[in-house]
Amino acid sequence: MTTATAGGAGSAPPADKRPDTGTGKGTGGRSRGGVTGTRRTVAAAFLLPALVLLGALVVYPIVYSVYRSFLDQSGTGFAGLDNYEALFTDATIRTAVKNNAIWVVFAPTVATVLGLIFAVLTERIRWGTAFKLIVFMPMAISMLAAGIIFRLVYEQAPERGVANAVAVGVHDTFAESSGFPKAHPLPVHPLKAGGGGSFVTKETVRAGQPVSLPLVGVVPAKMPGDAEPAKAATASGDGITGTAWLDFTKGGGGKPNVVDPKELGLKGLTVEAVKDGKVVATATAGADGVFTLPASADGSLLRLPADNFREPYNGVDWLGPSLVTPGIIGSYVWMWAGFAMVLIAAGLAGLPRELLEAARVDGANEWQVFRRITVPMLAPVLAVVLVTLMINVLKIFDLVFIIAPGSSQDDANVLALQLYRTSFGTDADLGVGSAIAVLLLLLVIPVMLFNVRRIRKEGRR
Amino acid sequence: MTTTETSQAEQVRRAGGPATSTQSLGARMAARAGGGVMRVFLVLVGLFWLMPTIGLLLSSLRGPEDIAASGWWKVFTAPSELTFSNYQRLLDNSTITDSLLSTVLITVPATFLVVVIGSLAGYAFAWMEFPGRDWWFLVVVGLLVVPVQVALIPVSELFGTIGIFETTFGVIMFHTAFGLPFAIFLLRNFFAEIPRELLEAARLDGAGEIRLFTRVVMPLGGPAIASLGIFQFLWVWNDMLVALIFADSDSPPITVALQQQVRQFGNNIDVLAPGAFVSMVIPLAVFFAFQRQFVSGVMAGAVK
Repeated sequence: MTTATAGGAGSAPPADKRPDTGTGKGTGGRSRGGVTGTRRTVAAAFLLPALVLLGALVVYPIVYSVYRSFLDQSGTGFAGLDNYEALFTDATIRTAVKNNAIWVVFAPTVATVLGLIFAVLTERIRWGTAFKLIVFMPMAISMLAAGIIFRLVYEQAPERGVANAVAVGVHDTFAESSGFPKAHPLPVHPLKAGGGGSFVTKETVRAGQPVSLPLVGVVPAKMPGDAEPAKAATASGDGITGTAWLDFTKGGGGKPNVVDPKELGLKGLTVEAVKDGKVVATATAGADGVFTLPASADGSLLRLPADNFREPYNGVDWLGPSLVTPGIIGSYVWMWAGFAMVLIAAGLAGLPRELLEAARVDGANEWQVFRRITVPMLAPVLAVVLVTLMINVLKIFDLVFIIAPGSSQDDANVLALQLYRTSFGTDADLGVGSAIAVLLLLLVIPVMLFNVRRIRKEGRR
Repeated sequence: MTTTETSQAEQVRRAGGPATSTQSLGARMAARAGGGVMRVFLVLVGLFWLMPTIGLLLSSLRGPEDIAASGWWKVFTAPSELTFSNYQRLLDNSTITDSLLSTVLITVPATFLVVVIGSLAGYAFAWMEFPGRDWWFLVVVGLLVVPVQVALIPVSELFGTIGIFETTFGVIMFHTAFGLPFAIFLLRNFFAEIPRELLEAARLDGAGEIRLFTRVVMPLGGPAIASLGIFQFLWVWNDMLVALIFADSDSPPITVALQQQVRQFGNNIDVLAPGAFVSMVIPLAVFFAFQRQFVSGVMAGAVK
């Protein structure tokens, strides 16, 4: 019965299958004609809901945005190209344009490169699927949730934000943390400010006369756990001895300048002997605060260098003006590297095995196979992934809106955020907002044309 | 000839050995060690990728004082800190529970409408004849990449004029419209693959257009419809921007309700963390339950 069309060879459907469509024109050359012999009214009924919605909420807005972008803020006067000029003259919008460029260049590239690496590495591993699932999972959650997740990660306080906890951990492994920020002498103490945050003794030191280096201003709870009650140093031969201690008795009762029984030694405090502006000897106070300098220190001034009193390293200001955009791009990569990985993995699975194996048999190492065969053959997939991510990144909004704190939101600004802020805040300027919208649209038009051309080609086939 | 060599090499590789037996012991050991390094690397990357989410989960399970005092990783040494009290308070918080309901009331209709309207149009584009059919379809393809931002200003003015600005209905319409290009594109391509004989046979049995659509095309389109539904569901559920502008500010969806909390970020993590996690539960459940459809939707949608 239906033999004529089975092979798809018939350029036009058999006449008896479309009795009353009226127009035969336009059907020639198609592989799929109207098999069902539809009346046009029926086709219109099927299409109507979609066309109405698309027309009113997608096509009309495009036209209106272009029109509106040439009107002024009030929407009554013609503004010429003023709104477009604002895109390049207004400092906040310029930042947004610049940041968008950074986003479009880096976010898709990093996500694609990571996706490629993950796809290749997991290809031959049994639990590769589990790995892929973990990396792909963030794609399912909202950018709002991802934003909250990364606000937590980038939290400034190292005891709460994991990024800074790691930063501080790494930093303190390589650079010893300073011991006593805010410690300082009292006027009655034999120490005075020595410039640059250091302190020096008021008088030169002599061998045989133990030196007192009392300081106050350290919260007892912040003292090193292994600090011991300070001991008054005893004179010892030619060397200079002394005690550096916290001249403060908890609960009161201590006397200034005297080593009272419960007062703790400033363990680890660095003491330098300075003669004529040169450091001649250095010592470190022990757990009981006692230090010993060689005889060469005789007649010098003792200095407590500023390093002793540095504020502790507090981590990186991830969401500050300079790092906020890279930080948010990091969260985007976290969300979308899985997308790149899945598409690339599918592409990998489609590569001809024989070719790769042949190259290996011919003596190519894994890197050569990857560089010379895998990547070139994946080029079309990589291009699709990059272009998709670029379109996606162009309209990035939620992540920036959520992660950038109010103080650095101007520094993290992107076009979609700027559009929102100019159009829906107080003092809205719908003219400039529309110009931004048109700019975003112009940027995706090449992709639009590419898609249309590709589909048209497929349709001809 | 080449094929036999290849298959041998393949077998050797599968067996876990080196590619060729002529390799020196040193090279083999290096390859083995390289594989080990690679595995360790992947495990570390996997943990690294999981860590932000785990951080959120564990933060949501700690009381406000604990959150302020220390990081979530402290629970590994003090597991007794874990508590469900944040979640209990969250579920007593009517703002949050109402917003979850709003999210459902937006997402379900918007998904349903896209599937139905998209299927109708996809079927028309695939199997009906009307003037300019291919041209119209190319217009739809062109609309695939139109950014939603373009529509925000015009549609808010339009909705204001017809009185549906800041209503749930308006949000649903907006999401449906912007879901349609992808829906039509995906379903038209899928429906076009249905064998012609099937449709003609049904036609000869006397099935009308509606019957053909509901009894033959829709059931056969199941896989594509599932992909589309999942995609649209996640897209609408996770949306914040559209809801921020078009949703009723008295009953915003969960994303907007949480966004309003983010302004005071720092002292309300005991609300934000469990709130964010609750908002993620449904998408994650959908994701894990329908991975295959999700992936095929991602593949098909790579042009969007």
